[in-house]
Formats: sequence, structure tokens, C-alpha cells
Amino acid sequence: MIAEVGHFALALSLALSVILAVLPMAGTFMRPSGTARAFTDTARPIAAVLFSLVLLAFLCLSALFVGNDFTVSLVATHSNLSLPIAYRVAATWGSHEGSMLLWVLMLTGWTAAVAAFSASLPHVLRTRILSVMGGITIGFLMFLLFTSNPFERLIPPPADGRDLNPLLQDPGMVFHPPLLYMGYVGLAVAFAFAVAGLIGGRFDAVWARWARPWTTVAWAFLTLGIALGSFWAYYELGWGGWWFWDPVENASFMPWLVATALIHSLAVTEKRGAFRSWTVLLAILGFSLSLLGTFLVRSGVLTSVHAFATDPARGVFILIFLAVVIGGSLLLYAWRAPALGSGSGFALISRESMLLANNVVLVVAMAAVLLGTLYPLALDTLGMGKISVGPPYFEAVFYPLMAPAMFLMAVGPLTRWKQAPLPDIARRLRWALAVAIAAALLQPLTTDAGFRPLAASGLAFGLWIAAGVVVAMLDMLKAPDGRVRASRARLHPASVWGMQLAHLGVAIFVIGVTLVKSSESEREVQLAPGQSIEVGGWRVEFKDLRTVTGPNYDAMRGRFELRRQSDAANTPPRAVLLPEKRVYRAQRMPMTEAAIDRSLWRDVYVSMGEPLTGNDWAIRVHVKPFVNWIWLGCVLMALGGFVAIADRRYRRRLAARDAVSANAPQVAGGLAPR
Amino acid sequence: MKPRHRRLAWILAGLIALSVATALVLNAFRSNLVFFFTPSEVAQGKAPTGRVFRIGGLVGDGSVQREGTTVRFTVTDNVHTIAVTYTGILPDLFKEGRGVVAQGLVLSDGSFQAREVLAKHDENYMPPEAAEALKRAGHPIGAPDQFKQKPAKP
Repeated sequence: MIAEVGHFALALSLALSVILAVLPMAGTFMRPSGTARAFTDTARPIAAVLFSLVLLAFLCLSALFVGNDFTVSLVATHSNLSLPIAYRVAATWGSHEGSMLLWVLMLTGWTAAVAAFSASLPHVLRTRILSVMGGITIGFLMFLLFTSNPFERLIPPPADGRDLNPLLQDPGMVFHPPLLYMGYVGLAVAFAFAVAGLIGGRFDAVWARWARPWTTVAWAFLTLGIALGSFWAYYELGWGGWWFWDPVENASFMPWLVATALIHSLAVTEKRGAFRSWTVLLAILGFSLSLLGTFLVRSGVLTSVHAFATDPARGVFILIFLAVVIGGSLLLYAWRAPALGSGSGFALISRESMLLANNVVLVVAMAAVLLGTLYPLALDTLGMGKISVGPPYFEAVFYPLMAPAMFLMAVGPLTRWKQAPLPDIARRLRWALAVAIAAALLQPLTTDAGFRPLAASGLAFGLWIAAGVVVAMLDMLKAPDGRVRASRARLHPASVWGMQLAHLGVAIFVIGVTLVKSSESEREVQLAPGQSIEVGGWRVEFKDLRTVTGPNYDAMRGRFELRRQSDAANTPPRAVLLPEKRVYRAQRMPMTEAAIDRSLWRDVYVSMGEPLTGNDWAIRVHVKPFVNWIWLGCVLMALGGFVAIADRRYRRRLAARDAVSANAPQVAGGLAPR
Repeated sequence: MKPRHRRLAWILAGLIALSVATALVLNAFRSNLVFFFTPSEVAQGKAPTGRVFRIGGLVGDGSVQREGTTVRFTVTDNVHTIAVTYTGILPDLFKEGRGVVAQGLVLSDGSFQAREVLAKHDENYMPPEAAEALKRAGHPIGAPDQFKQKPAKP
């Protein structure tokens, strides 16, 4: 019964999404009349009902999982009587069908959010945005209903389910997919803004100001989602890596790179009215990459933990949908973009040109990732042989490409719009430069390997960005009499503080990555209880081994004591680590659970390989300095995004209406020219 | 310099920077491609020497021998078999008779020194390279059903 209710709710929402895509949109093209108004006025209530229906379907599926209703095929293949309840809830999106339902839930959620929180938008623009979102929803609901129905029955039901993939039985599964999808799907809002703007032919500072907070929120969620995925892979996969340049990771990283370019380009469009066509193109590109990522992950052309099932029909469907969305929006762009006009000009040394450079770098980097991701697939599809492109390619390409962006990150925020004096910028950044050079020279202190140019430059860039942020913040707090006063913080808008925070996050990320790459140490050894090994200044002693019985698995659990190499043998251990080797009963699948002693300065990571002769085990120990800075940096970036949207100017309704006619560069708010 | 000339100079500089970036990307791309060969192709001497490549197939039954953390095993496509050595911890799903992909170099004695051994986290999963090796050798036996060759259409 529950399954049928869920299925019916989905079918009903498909009908509603068709109405949402057609009726209000048609209303915006009719001559102003009572009928036109009645048509356009349907958009907001339909968006709300659509979201409620999809939410109902989603809750139905969750209820089926919680109740372990094995007459539903999806539940029978992804749950088990002994699966703990939290993972039964998470199993709702632990399959292809379920994760697509989560996708649609997020999409209709964003649509409802736009309907609820866009009172400041002109009626026509708002209506068109909702209609475009409705159109995207049609595509995904059809995909769900016709190729991946989550409510399909299985008669007769099995006695027990096949269980959720053990790799997914982790708290990470509860948070990573929803956060990532919030970001992925949130880019649809930026896309809808762009398409609605193209239809109306109006892009100006005011349009950009409306589109900005939505894009920033989506970007912040995407950042969190990717970071959480990386954090999860780090502790779950058992070999201490945190980013693999796996096609599935790239599929989420490419939209992130473009979204990052987009939030910077939107800043120029809002403040100076420039880069209009470019901004629109980026919004289209960002969502297109989101769809491409969905295609890569969901069609089965890739095989990975994320690709749950393979079915050619699904791939073909998404490919057609991809072609319609990208092709349609690009056609619209080609038709309308010439009418957009350009903003005011700017000099070579100006905030605009810095942000232009940022955009070029990010898009080139995205293209490099795209090449490395798609080329092996293309060759394989054309039958020209199997190749793979591994991390060495991405590492060799990414760092040099990002170097100019990292350099400009400290310069850009200190540079005025339109035209800036170079000597003044140089004078203000001289201390930051000194800090960066000092960091490069002191690099040999961080490792035993001596001076390493790559590591030295990474440290220099990290500290250069951080110092640039400090300089900019001190400038903002400086009173006319030259003294720094904290009370001056409220004189600057939240968006500027958010930007500084996000940039500081990048600095911390860069420092973390550099130090992990340059001074991590790892050993894989044969070890028996009673023996110990020394890695990177730490001594890890294998104390004993015992069997443990979990709710749905059996495990061997090792006990390891952690001491510094300089500690005496009888000092109490600084930490006790308990890694496990599990075998999940339903699928007879072995799993490695690493144990990690975390701190801000280093992680000590122990995982168990396989049993060797006698009581000996293959044991892997990593010491990873500053590895947590990587995710800390990402969290700061996302936090910066959330701070930025708290800016009051995004909430000023009347002010925004007044500004509709004034297409002048906005000086109020933002880092005003000094 | 007139403003127009100056702008032209900057656009040129931008284009040069972009070309350098493109050259860098393509060069790194070419030197980091990892090609795939089946055990039969390696036996026929088609695989490069002194360059990293991938092999795939099934782990030979009864072939796994351990010596500390060094493991010796064979990879087969049911026609030819290659001896592989690997030092380190194998993935959880590495098992005799199962599909495997290894990345590494051929040594002078003809054996394959793996730097990485890949096996994925799904019990029914067959690495596409391993399935391909069996298919190319014309012996898709031992592979799970979904990888068996479909009968040729008349």
C-alpha cells in the first residue's frame, strides 16, 4: 500500500511539473490581463504542492526501508533484517533509484524555496524561473518513473534482503549524498535564473544581485558535499588517500570549478554590470556539468562505488535529456546574448581584470579535468582500446594551472574596481610577500627530505593568500586616524567578510595539501602481537587481537598503542587505536575499518591488511601531518559562502525595486572603491 | 603606446599564456596515459618495456604465495598467464579466481612488477579490463554471466 501511495505521488508530481513548466510560462507571454495573471499566479502554489508530493514519495520509500518491506524490489536488494535502523534510512538513497529520488526531492525543494523566498523579484522573472525549474523536474521525474521506478514490487518476496553495500554502512552515507545533491541540484537555480533572464532579455546589476545568493548557497553546499565525500573516502577505504581523481569525484569537481568561477563573475556583473554574457554562459555550463556528472555516474559508463547499477536505457535517457537541456539553452543563448550588451570598461590593473583571470584559470582547469575524465571513455566507446588517466596527469596539470589564481587571490581583493594603481597594491602587499618568501625558505624544517621546490612554493602560496586576507581585513578595520578598531567591522557588508573567510579557507586548504604531500610517511609491514614499528617519529605497538561481533558483521579487532618514538617503553600510550577487519554476513564481503588518532597537526592512521602466517598480519601505518587542514579549509570556504548570503542587501525588497530602473554600478554595499 | 595597441599587446599576452597552458596540459596528458594489455598481448611482446601499463584478467587458482608483505600470483586470460609480484597490502576483494587489474612494469625476466593492484568493492563486480582480457582471448569462461559474449547475430 505504501509503495503504491509513493508511486502515485510521483505520477501526480509528473503531471504537476508539466503544468508548472507550461501554464505560468505561457502566462508571461500573454498580454497583461486577468487570465494572464491567473496563469502566472499558479506557479508558486504548484511549486509548493510539487515539493510536498515528492517529499511524500520520499517518505514512503523511507518507511518501506525502515519497515524492511521485502515485497519492494529495491528494499529487498538494499536492506537486510539485521541492518541498523540509521542505515536503513540512509539506504533510501543507497541505490540508483533511491538516489535519483533524492535528486528530484532536492530539485523540487529548491523550486519551492525559490517560490517562497523571492518576493523581491519582478513577477514575470520569478514566474519564468519557476517554470524553467518545472521543466527540469519533468525530465528527472520521467527518468525516475520510466527507467528507475523505486517502488517496483517483487513477488514473491525473499525471506531476507541482500543488504546495503557494506562500504555504504557508515555515518558518511547519511550526510554526504544529501549535501552533495543540495549543491549539484542547486546549480539548477542559477541555470533557471540564466534561462529566465535570456527569455526576458534582461541582465543587469539587479538581476545579478538576485541570482547571487542562490548561486552562493548552492556552491557552499557543493563544497561541503565534496569535502565530506573526501573525508569519508579517507577513513573508509583504508589506505589513507583523500582524493583519487576518480571520474566520479571529477564529476562533482568540474561543476564546483565552474560554480566558483560563476560566483566571481556574478560579483562583476552585480558591481559593474560587466561580463554579462560570460556570467550567463557559466550558469548554463555549471548545470550542464552537473547533468554530465549525473550521466557519468548513473548511466553505468563508469564503474565505481557510486555506480550502483548498469542499464543502457538509463544512459540513453540521460544523454537525450543532456542534449535537450544543453542544446536548448545554448540555442537560446546564441539567439539572445547579442542583445545583452556589455558593461562599463575597465583598465588592465583593476578588480575586473583580476576576476577575469580567475575565471579563465578556473575554466581552463575544468577543461583539463574534463579531458582526463572523458578521453578514456571516448576511446573505449569508439573501440580504440582501453586506457586510463591516473592521478599523475591531474597533479601535473592542476598545480601549475592554479598557481596564477593563487597569486591573484591576495591581490584581487585589494584592487579597486575599474582602475587601480599598481604601486599602491605592491606597497600594501609587501609584508605578505615577505611572509610568503620566509615560508618558502623555512620549508626544509617541515620534512626530513630537505628543500623541495614544489612544497616550498605550495607553502609560499598558502601563506601569501592568508597574509593577503589579513592585510585586507586590517585595512577594513582601520579608522581614518590609522588605528585598527574592531567596531568598524559592521561598516562593511557581510558578503565581504564571507569572501575573506572563504579565501582564508583556501589558504588553509593549500597549506594542508602541501604538507600532507611533502611530509607524510607510510609503511606496510608484517607484524605480530607484541611487535612494534616506527613511522614518522611515532611508535605503533601491536598489543593483541580479538574477535568482535557487530550487528550484521563479524570482525577481527587489533589493539595498537601509540607512543612517540622518544617516549620510554613504559610510559602510558598517547592513544589506543582499534582497527578492524570485518566480514559482513549477508554478502560475505570483507571490509577494512581503519583507526585514526586525529589532531590538528597530524593523523596517525592504522589499518589491517590480511592475516599472514601464524598470528602475523599485514599492517599499514600512515602519519599524515596537517591532513585535517584540508577539510577544515573546505569548511571555512563553505562557511564564507553562508556568511556572504547573510548580507542585508539581498533582503532589501523596496530598495531592490527602486534600483530596477537604475542600471548604474552599485556603490553601496560591497568593497566600495576607496 | 596608444591604448588600442596596449590592449592588443595584453590580448596577445593572454593568448600566449593560454597556449602555454594548453601545451602543458596536452604534454602531461600524453606522458601520463596508461595503456591496457591482456596477458596474451603481453606474452606476444606487444606491451611496452620500461613504461607503466595495466594488465587485467583473473587471479590464477592456487597461484597466490606470500612472503611477508610481498605477494606473488598469476594473472590469466585463460590462454596466457603472467607472473606478478606486488609488495604491499592487497585490496579486500582480491581473491583467487576473481577479476583483477594491476598497474606496473614488465621486468627483464618477463614477470610483471605491480605498483598498484585494483579490485572494486562489489562481490559481483568484474573489472571491465579483466572482462575485456577474457573476451579478447576468446575465452570468456569463468567470467560472471553478464560478461559472457552474446551469441553473434546471424
